[in-house]
Amino acid sequence: MPYRAPNLQNSLKRFHSLSEVRNELAAGTTSCRQLVEYYLGNIERQQHLNAFLEVWPDEALAQADAVDAKLAAGTAGPLAGMVIGLKDVLAYAGHSLQSSSRMLDGFKSLFTGTAVQRLLDADAILIGRQNCDEFAMGGSNESSFFGPARNAADPERVPGGSSGGSAVAVQADMCLASIGSDTGGSVRQPAAFCGVIGFKPTYSRISRYGLVAFASSFDQIGPITRSVQDAALLLEVMAGPDGMDSTASQREVPAYSQQLTPAAHYRIGYIADAIDNEGLNPEIKSALETQLDILRGQGHVVEAVDFPYLDFMIPTYYILTTAEASSNLGRFDGVKYGYRAADATDLESLYKKSRSQGFGAEVQRRILLGTFVLSANYYDAYYTKAQRVRRLIKDKTDELLRQFDFLVLPTTPTTAFKIGEKQDPVSMYLADIFTVQASLAGVPAISVPIGEDSAGLPIGLQVMAGAFREADLLAFAGVLTEEVVA
Amino acid sequence: MDEATLAKYQPVIGLEVHAQLLTHSKMYSADENEYGVAPNTNLSVITLGHPGTLPKVNRTAVEFAMKMGLATNCTIRRDNLFARKNYFYPDLPKGYQITQDKTPICHDGHVDVRLADGSVKKIGVTRIHMEEDAGKSMHLAGETETLVDLNRAGVPLIEIVSEPDIRTGEEAYNYLIEIKKLVEYLGICDGNMEEGSLRCDANISVMLQGAEKFGMKVEVKNMNSFRNVQRAIAYEIERQIAIIEAGGEVDSETRGFDAASGTTNGQRSKETLNDYRYFPEPDLPPLIISDEWLHRVAAELPALPQQLYSRFTGELGLSDYDASVLVDQKEVALFFDELSRLTPNAKAAANWVMGPVKSYLNERALTMADFPLDTAQLAGIIELIDAGKLNYSVASKQLFPHLLDHPSANATGAAESLGLLTQADNGELATLVQQVLAANPAKVEEYRAGKKSLTGMFMGELMKLTGGKADPKLANQLLRTALDG
Repeated sequence: MPYRAPNLQNSLKRFHSLSEVRNELAAGTTSCRQLVEYYLGNIERQQHLNAFLEVWPDEALAQADAVDAKLAAGTAGPLAGMVIGLKDVLAYAGHSLQSSSRMLDGFKSLFTGTAVQRLLDADAILIGRQNCDEFAMGGSNESSFFGPARNAADPERVPGGSSGGSAVAVQADMCLASIGSDTGGSVRQPAAFCGVIGFKPTYSRISRYGLVAFASSFDQIGPITRSVQDAALLLEVMAGPDGMDSTASQREVPAYSQQLTPAAHYRIGYIADAIDNEGLNPEIKSALETQLDILRGQGHVVEAVDFPYLDFMIPTYYILTTAEASSNLGRFDGVKYGYRAADATDLESLYKKSRSQGFGAEVQRRILLGTFVLSANYYDAYYTKAQRVRRLIKDKTDELLRQFDFLVLPTTPTTAFKIGEKQDPVSMYLADIFTVQASLAGVPAISVPIGEDSAGLPIGLQVMAGAFREADLLAFAGVLTEEVVA
Repeated sequence: MDEATLAKYQPVIGLEVHAQLLTHSKMYSADENEYGVAPNTNLSVITLGHPGTLPKVNRTAVEFAMKMGLATNCTIRRDNLFARKNYFYPDLPKGYQITQDKTPICHDGHVDVRLADGSVKKIGVTRIHMEEDAGKSMHLAGETETLVDLNRAGVPLIEIVSEPDIRTGEEAYNYLIEIKKLVEYLGICDGNMEEGSLRCDANISVMLQGAEKFGMKVEVKNMNSFRNVQRAIAYEIERQIAIIEAGGEVDSETRGFDAASGTTNGQRSKETLNDYRYFPEPDLPPLIISDEWLHRVAAELPALPQQLYSRFTGELGLSDYDASVLVDQKEVALFFDELSRLTPNAKAAANWVMGPVKSYLNERALTMADFPLDTAQLAGIIELIDAGKLNYSVASKQLFPHLLDHPSANATGAAESLGLLTQADNGELATLVQQVLAANPAKVEEYRAGKKSLTGMFMGELMKLTGGKADPKLANQLLRTALDG
C-alpha cells in the first residue's frame, strides 16, 4: 500500500503559495505567529522524517510578531508571511552550520550569507536548519551524519538529495519554502522525489557568499516551493550582484514574480536519448510522453533533439566536482574549528585522524577521487580533459537552447528508492544523469511534479532554459504545474 | 678552494624573490595589512577561511604587480587567471594558497645590474605573479605547542622569478639590491629583508665550463639579509664543486642557510616534495587588464633608479660612482634630483648631498625624510659659494650647522646675520695681506727665491686674520700681486 501523509488536524489549511498566505493575513483570518505555530506543530509531529536538524521556535515566533507589526503598519517586505527552512549549508550568524557533517561539530557561523541576509531583509521568517547529505554530496540524504531524512510519501524511501530535508519539509508542510543548494541536481532531484518544485537558477545568478562550498564552479542556491510564484519571488529577492562574490553576475534582476504570463507558443525540445534511455523507469517515460502530448495539444512545437554527450556527463561532472571539493574541503583540518580527533599525537596524526573521523565515507571517497584527478601525473588525463568535455557539453546545450525555448527531460531516471537500496556509489551517481547537464552548462533548470507512479511516488519533469532566461522558464513552469501541485 | 678548481666550473643561479606589498588591505579581503600588531587581530571570516567565504581581488595589489612588471621591462598579461596551490599547514587557513600558476601577470622582462667593474649585466625576469602570504607559526621558548598568528595570512605578495642568468654571489647580491631599489622607488614594498617583507630563495647549480646541461639544482632558503644571500651562494657553489671533484653527485634538495656558521644544511629531498595540485581558482573570475587601466598605471610610474642614473651621468655630467651612490636610496636620489634643478653646479650639489648631508643623517641614524633643510636652502648655500660670497669651509662648518638648528632661515639671510659673508672690500684685504707679509719676512724671502709652494701658508695666515671670511679667489690674487710684485 502506498504511504499517505497523515491527515493533520490543524486549525490552518495547507498553503500552496505566499499569495494565499497574504490573502488570509490581509483578511485577518491568521497571523504570522499562528503560521509559525502551525509549522512548528507540523515539525514536532513529523520528527520521524528527520527533516530538520535544528528548529528555532523562539526566534521564529519573535520574528513572526515583528512581521505582524510591520504588516499592521503597512511596512512589511515582500516575503512577509513566508516561513522558510534553510539547508544546513547556508551561513546564518550565530547559528550552527554543519553541512550535516561531524567535521563541523559545534561550529557556529560568525556571519550571515548574502542570500540569507536578503531573505531576512525581505521579512522572511526562518524556522530552522534542514538535514542534507554531508557537504551536499549525495542523492539520497543517506550520507548525513545525522541519518537520512525520510520521504513523506513513504518513510521507508529516500527523499533524494542532497537537499533531502529541505524537500521533505516543504512536502510535509513544515514550512512554506526551503532554500537548498544545487551542484548537480541537489535541489531538483529531491523536489522530484518529494512532489514539490525545485529550481536551480543560472550559475552566478545568486551570490554564493555564505554557501558552504562543494564545487565552486557548479554550486548554486535554489528554492524549493509548492508554487512557481514563490520560486520566482524567492529568486527575485535573493538574486543580484554582490560585492562579496566576484563570480556573482552583474546583470540586473528582473521582477520575475511579475513576469509569469506564458507565451502562447513555445519551441520545446526533448532529448530523445534521455527518453529512450534503458535506465529510465517506464512509468516516468510514460508520464513524460503524456506531458509532451499535452504540450503539443496546447499548440507548442515539440521536437526530439540529439544530444550526443549523454554518456560523458556523469564522468565529467564527477571529475570536476570532486577536484574542486578536494580543495574546498582542505580547510576542515581539525586545527581551527569543528571536529578535532582526541587521540592525535602530532600534526600529521591530527590531520589524518580528524579528517578520517570527521568526514563520512562518501565525502572521503570524493576527496580522494578529487585529489587523484588533480595530482600532477593525472591532471591532464582527467581534469584538463574533463574541462574540455564540459566546454563541449555547454556549447552544445547552449546551441540547443538557442534553437528551442526549453529542453524537457525527466528529472530522475526512477522515483524515490528505498533507504539502503543503493550500496554501489556508481549506481547512486547515475541517478544524477538527467540533472547534471544544466549544472555542467550553468543554465537554469526547474523540476516540477507531473504526477505519481503506481506506488504513489511523485514524478518530476525537468525543464532547462538558456542562461539568465529564468523569467521565461518560470512562466513555462507555471503552465506545467497549473493543476498538478496538491 | 683553490682558484684553478673554482675556475673549472660555471655556477648557474636563479633567484625567487617574494615582496610583501604595502597595500592597506589584504590580497583577497578587506582586512588591514599592518605589520607589528597584536597576534590574530587583523582577521575576518575570509582570512580565517570560514565555510561559505569567498575571496575578492585587491585591485591596488594588482596595480603594484603591474608597476613592478613595467619597471622590469616585462610584458603585462591582460587575461589573468588565479590558481589554487593546495597543501596542509596550520598557518594556511583555507588549505590552499590563491596564487597564479600558468598565467603570471608579468613575464619575459629583465633587470640591468651594474657590477663592481662598472659593466652592466642584463638579468632576465622569467615571471612575476601575485599571491597571498600564509600566517606565521611560532614556537615560543618554554611552550610545547606551536602557536599560529594569522595576521600575515592573506597579505599580498608578488613573487619575482629570475632567469638562471646569475653566475656569482656578487651578481646575485647586486640583482637583489636592484630589486630592492625598484620596489622602494615604486613604493610597493619596504624592501626590508630582516623583517621578511622581502624574501629570497636561490636555485643554485654548477656545471663544467662549456657544458650544455645544467647541473643538479639545489634550492637554498632562510637567507634573511642581502649579504647572507651572497654568502650562502658562495658557500653553496664551493660545496657543490667539492662534491663533484670528489666524484660524487649533488642531490636535488632544499637547503637552509645558517648565518652563524655561514653554511647550508639539507632540509628535505625534492623527491618527497608536495604535489600542490594546482588548478584554476573557481571563486575568482578571470581578471582582465584593459588598455586604459594599463596606460593609467604606466603613467603613474615614478622616476626609476636607472632613469635617474642616466640623467645624473648624462645631463649632469656626474661620475658613474657619484651617480651610483646617489641613486642607491630613493629619498636621497629624489632630494638630489630636485636640488640639481635649483643649481647649475651639479657636482657641488652631489658633494653636498654625499658629504655633509649624508654625514648628518648617518651620525644621527636618520633618513632623508627627517632631514630638516629643503633643497632651496642647500641651493642657496651653493650659490653663495659659487658667487665668491662664502667660503666652503665656513659654509660647511658654520652656516650649514646653523641652518640645521634654524631650519626656517634661508641661506643668504643667515650668512648675513652671522657675518659669514666674504668681505668684498679690496682695501681692507690688501692691508691684511701687507700685515701677513710683514709678519713673515723670512718666508717672503724664501718665496721670492723660488719656493712657490709657500702660497698656501700665506693663504692660511691671511684666512686666520679674516676669520675665514675672505673671498678665496680675491685673497689669492692680492697675495700673489704682493709677493710677486
